[in-house]
Amino acid sequence: MSTPVHELTKQQSILVNSTTTSKFNRMARVRLTNRLFKGYFLFSILALCFVLALVIIFIGKTGFLTFNTLSFSEFFLSMNWAPEEDHFGAGLFIINTMILTGLTLLISVPISIAIAVFNAEIAPNWFKSFIRPVLDLLVGIPSIVYGYLGMTVLIPFIRDLTGESLGDGMLAAALVLSLMILPTISRISDDAITAVPKKYREAAYALGSTRLQVIFKIVIPAASRGIVTAIILGMTRAIGETMAVVMVIGNTAQLATTLFTPSSVLTSNIVMQISNVEFDSTWNYALHMMAFLLLAISVLLILIIRFLRAKGVKEA
Amino acid sequence: MSSFSATKRNTRARFFDRTATALFWGIGILILLVIFWLLYTIMHKGLPNITPQFLVKLPEEIDAGGGIGPMLFNSFYVLFLSLIFSVPIGIGAGIYMAEYAPANKFTEILRICVEALSSVPSIVFGMLGLAIFAEYFGIGLTILGGSISLAFLNLPMLTRVTEEAIHAVPADLRNASYALGTTKFQCIRTVVLPVALNAIVTGVCLVAGRAFGESAVIILTAGLSTSGEMWDFSLFAPGETLAVHLWYVQSEAIVEDARQIADKAAAVLVFVVLFINMVFRIPLWFNNRKLKR
Repeated sequence: MSTPVHELTKQQSILVNSTTTSKFNRMARVRLTNRLFKGYFLFSILALCFVLALVIIFIGKTGFLTFNTLSFSEFFLSMNWAPEEDHFGAGLFIINTMILTGLTLLISVPISIAIAVFNAEIAPNWFKSFIRPVLDLLVGIPSIVYGYLGMTVLIPFIRDLTGESLGDGMLAAALVLSLMILPTISRISDDAITAVPKKYREAAYALGSTRLQVIFKIVIPAASRGIVTAIILGMTRAIGETMAVVMVIGNTAQLATTLFTPSSVLTSNIVMQISNVEFDSTWNYALHMMAFLLLAISVLLILIIRFLRAKGVKEA
Repeated sequence: MSSFSATKRNTRARFFDRTATALFWGIGILILLVIFWLLYTIMHKGLPNITPQFLVKLPEEIDAGGGIGPMLFNSFYVLFLSLIFSVPIGIGAGIYMAEYAPANKFTEILRICVEALSSVPSIVFGMLGLAIFAEYFGIGLTILGGSISLAFLNLPMLTRVTEEAIHAVPADLRNASYALGTTKFQCIRTVVLPVALNAIVTGVCLVAGRAFGESAVIILTAGLSTSGEMWDFSLFAPGETLAVHLWYVQSEAIVEDARQIADKAAAVLVFVVLFINMVFRIPLWFNNRKLKR
């Protein structure tokens, strides 16, 4: 009977408007809030972009001041980091970061993908609905707690096992990081594997394949793009992780020549030194440049993921 | 039974298949055991020794027996403030991306921004906060600076969870609402958001859990000390949180029971994060059951 005015069509509402002014006000108000909130939502997303711009400008601006006093080649290629003597060679941190990330992926990728395959292809449903939330628990543990456990449990263990006097270093850091990025990689690979159409598997089974053959010859190749995305995401997490690494790596500015050499990576060096430096010093600029490098690497990896995804859409 | 007879290759393939299946089971169970062992280690070393006093007492510099009162309070305070700053904008941005964004180049750029921002390492946000608040505004290491920097870290994650939650709302519901003549915003407010609320709240809880345990940002922006009082709501006080305190106790503190304090702090930290992740979802769970009935 009494239809509310906002549920009428436009023309009807104009009729109503001409007769009752109070209802016209309501209509105007509704239109106004509609427009206001659209503006607000747009503002929100622009604010997000503004934050990204802030990050790039603030870190980049300070970072590039490094090259007023330092040459490009000294910063990137020199292995001598001795700020007290004006040597700012970040090359060793860059190489250490690469070693650590590589080692982490070497440990983590096979296990994570095995878990993803297990979840998607082998585990019965009851086990699946159990293991997935448990993996999420792993994401919830703060990185500082991982670092603390690495320091108090893993390092003494490594010390006993190998007879090293310290135990800090690449191996400990890589083990801790592997556990941290395991849920990231396995969860996304799991989704990618689950998304492989069932008919592919059925066709392979019909040709007489065993399940192992289906997994390795059909499912993993078909899901490879998703798996690569998962690995890259895990990699960004490993490169940017700070607190867990800083507690187990030993924090000494030297190249990691063995698995047990106390060393330092980009993130751990920044967090150990940034609070103690003068704002207007080359030291501080160099630390900002290292942060800018981290930023550039993560953005680059994200662009690679986007490229992979776009290619996937085109091929599908 | 059948005319099929296994060749050598068949037998071998079947053997590999069986072995691999066993291996996959082994890895799955091993990882489960590792996770449970991890949680057990954290909880078992800390939880039994926690007394109510420990949770509210001031920390000691030299003597044993100090508490974590101000840090625990700061953790919640900073988390609360950072959510106040980031939730409205994060959810707004998520709504824009899911409901308004047209399919064009500009939206592509926005999407790259969100993804790039979510990949920025937390230490970089810490440096940004340091540059803005300590250097540019010159207010030093404060709770305010810490919570805004933490809000930066939360933003992209909130945007993503909101966008995903809203994408999951069926288009039928929207169409039905438009057919009744609602404006776009009325449709979002009365139809889309209530349906997506469940997933949004879950997402916000996950983000809050991560923010509660975040330390790299807080170390650089809120510092390694507290104002030394309990219940200090000042925005400009230094705001060491529990996660940072765990770091401080382990690396710099000289109290003799540093190890025990760290054990207990770690247990409290993990307990609260898991609590945040689960407990806030219980009302929603009940709500769901009501809806299903």
